[in-house]
Amino acid sequence: MNARAAAIAGILLVALTGGLVLFVGLPRWYGPKPEASAAASALATPAAQQPPAAARKITATLFYVSDDGMQLIGTQREVPFAATVPEQARAIVAAQIESSAPLVSAIPAETKIRDVFVTERGDAFVDLSAEVSTKHTGGSLDEIFTVYTIVNALTVNLPAITRVQILIDGKEADTLAGHVDLRHPLAKSLEWVAHDTQ
Amino acid sequence: MTKFMRSLLTLHARVLSAAVAAAAIVLTIATFAAQAPAPAAPYTVFSRSARQPLAVRTVSGQEMFALDDLARLFTLTVREDALAGGLTISVNNQTIVLTAQQPLASVAGRMISLPAAPVYESHTWLVPVDFVSRALAPILGSPLELRKPSRLILVGDVRMPRIAGRVEVLGNLTRVTLDVAPATPHAVTQEGARLLVRFEADALDAQLPTPPAPPTGADVVQAIRPGDQPTTIVFDLGPRFGSFRTADQPAPGGVTRIVIDLVAQTDTAATPGTAAPALPPATETPPLLELPPPGGLRTIVIDPGHGGDENGARGEKGTLEKNVTLSVARRLKGTLEGRLGVRVLLTRDGDQTLPLDQRAAVANNNKADLFISLHANASVRSGLSGAEVFYLNLAEYGDEAQRVAHGGAESLPVLGGGSREIEVILWEMAQARYIDQSAAFARTVEAALRERIPMSRRAIQQAPFRVLGGANMPAILVEMGFLTNPQQEQQLVTDEYQSGIVQALVDGIVRFRGASAAGTR
Repeated sequence: MNARAAAIAGILLVALTGGLVLFVGLPRWYGPKPEASAAASALATPAAQQPPAAARKITATLFYVSDDGMQLIGTQREVPFAATVPEQARAIVAAQIESSAPLVSAIPAETKIRDVFVTERGDAFVDLSAEVSTKHTGGSLDEIFTVYTIVNALTVNLPAITRVQILIDGKEADTLAGHVDLRHPLAKSLEWVAHDTQ
Repeated sequence: MTKFMRSLLTLHARVLSAAVAAAAIVLTIATFAAQAPAPAAPYTVFSRSARQPLAVRTVSGQEMFALDDLARLFTLTVREDALAGGLTISVNNQTIVLTAQQPLASVAGRMISLPAAPVYESHTWLVPVDFVSRALAPILGSPLELRKPSRLILVGDVRMPRIAGRVEVLGNLTRVTLDVAPATPHAVTQEGARLLVRFEADALDAQLPTPPAPPTGADVVQAIRPGDQPTTIVFDLGPRFGSFRTADQPAPGGVTRIVIDLVAQTDTAATPGTAAPALPPATETPPLLELPPPGGLRTIVIDPGHGGDENGARGEKGTLEKNVTLSVARRLKGTLEGRLGVRVLLTRDGDQTLPLDQRAAVANNNKADLFISLHANASVRSGLSGAEVFYLNLAEYGDEAQRVAHGGAESLPVLGGGSREIEVILWEMAQARYIDQSAAFARTVEAALRERIPMSRRAIQQAPFRVLGGANMPAILVEMGFLTNPQQEQQLVTDEYQSGIVQALVDGIVRFRGASAAGTR
């Protein structure tokens, strides 16, 4: 009985370590200054004992509308570090919405994040407030940019996320502004991103 | 290197000649079988690489195959259990158990019924022909199809469409209808006094009609027969043949209906007065009007984007996308109806909110041949200008849509054994199988627009647009210009710019219709 419990505990420990490496370690190692000691401490200490999240950053590729308005440009930006994939996803989307002049985000600035959750299959659901739709320019190309800014920002920076579905006010939405089909999770598409970035 | 290439070429030539020979023989057999369906005529087992006859014996009115023959053809292992009076047939690590005196079989543990029990006669076991479709097909691991009417067994991935034809005489017009299942690419061409229908297939399984006796039809078409090639059908044209036209109509169940209209010469000087009373006067040939015009263009649905609560894009001076799109759509309808004589429907003809699904549904329910969604664009960059043409990007809909787009029919097991080829298509992916046509339509319209209005740098694009996904016909979305560009906002409301767009769209439709009509001939 004891041996069995020990075995289960062992397996759990291995799974936990694996999970930490996959979801916390990897994003951090691909971060800006992958200091070995910081990465090691992230693995060794529970999240609660970590230094305040605000102090720690990761470098992520964020997407902005090019000067000519014809494509998205990937840009390296610092984003607050978060301990879990959903929290990190939320931090990345928040950074995408934040004003960062002179860069222009395709996401309306009034948009609020209601929730971000990630399924076991690697589908992220990004629940946004209605402003993402009501404050949108309504252009089809802009709508493509808005959708793929979010989809690409998550799939490019977080390997654990393979597809992204956008929800509006907690509900599945047909489209943001009448064009792009949002009924299914969308996979990364760099078709709209300038080639010299990424 | 050269040796390798030479051996490759030899192999290629050998395969080709074998395939041609096999196909030629099969057509002969298939035609023979169709003409003389003798009860004990053998079946033909047809695969890509070979063709073999399979003897049939009739026992108490039931057509049966010898199990030994089947074992040889399909490498089955047959074991007889003398004690239990049963037979065990193994293939692919799966077994079929047959019991003497019982019209039943257990196929991989599942019971199926047979029209008769197996019979032991002249030192061999005989099983009903349905054994092939009901017992063998489900476990063989490769496609296997029993076609009783044409006495064929198709093994593996063989393209042999079934073709059923009929001839109707409608006054001056002789209409030949060929139902082709499953839908198969084909071309209709005239070569001298013959009309050739060529199919992209390995062989044909055709039941061809006989043209009616003179004087009603045979003076236009004398015979409809298999061609010299195994994948062609030949019409021998008569002396009064004038012209022909052809149109494809998709019918339910993945069938394509090819309608070929043979028009007689109207004023034949050769038969003045004599044949004239027998023929109805030319004015009594209304079917001509009901025919699809060349290219099969009868109904076009125009979708003015947005509407009602959904304003769409908005210009700095307050111009709303929903109003621009409706205005252009109304003009386009008038011009198309006037110039092309086609039926044109608008998804909305007022300022109402209309869900995206309903827009495609209007086109689907009215069996539209083309769907055009009109939009005006907006950008966070006000400098952006120019028109763009979009068609659907299938990549976002996953592998299933890709399969549908490339003509995938699915072989599904049916109750009682065997399998049926059906085209499974999710309604929201209806556009998938028109994607190539939509791409061609988009290119044609883009070229026509470019002649009249400024285009964007990304003039032709693919995107996962919701309104296009459910359209069951070639479908495009046209962004006519950017309302967020002050200069374009002014242009978009002028008569001149709007009629430029309308003219360009009409030109694009006419050219696309011409190209499609040329493609089917």
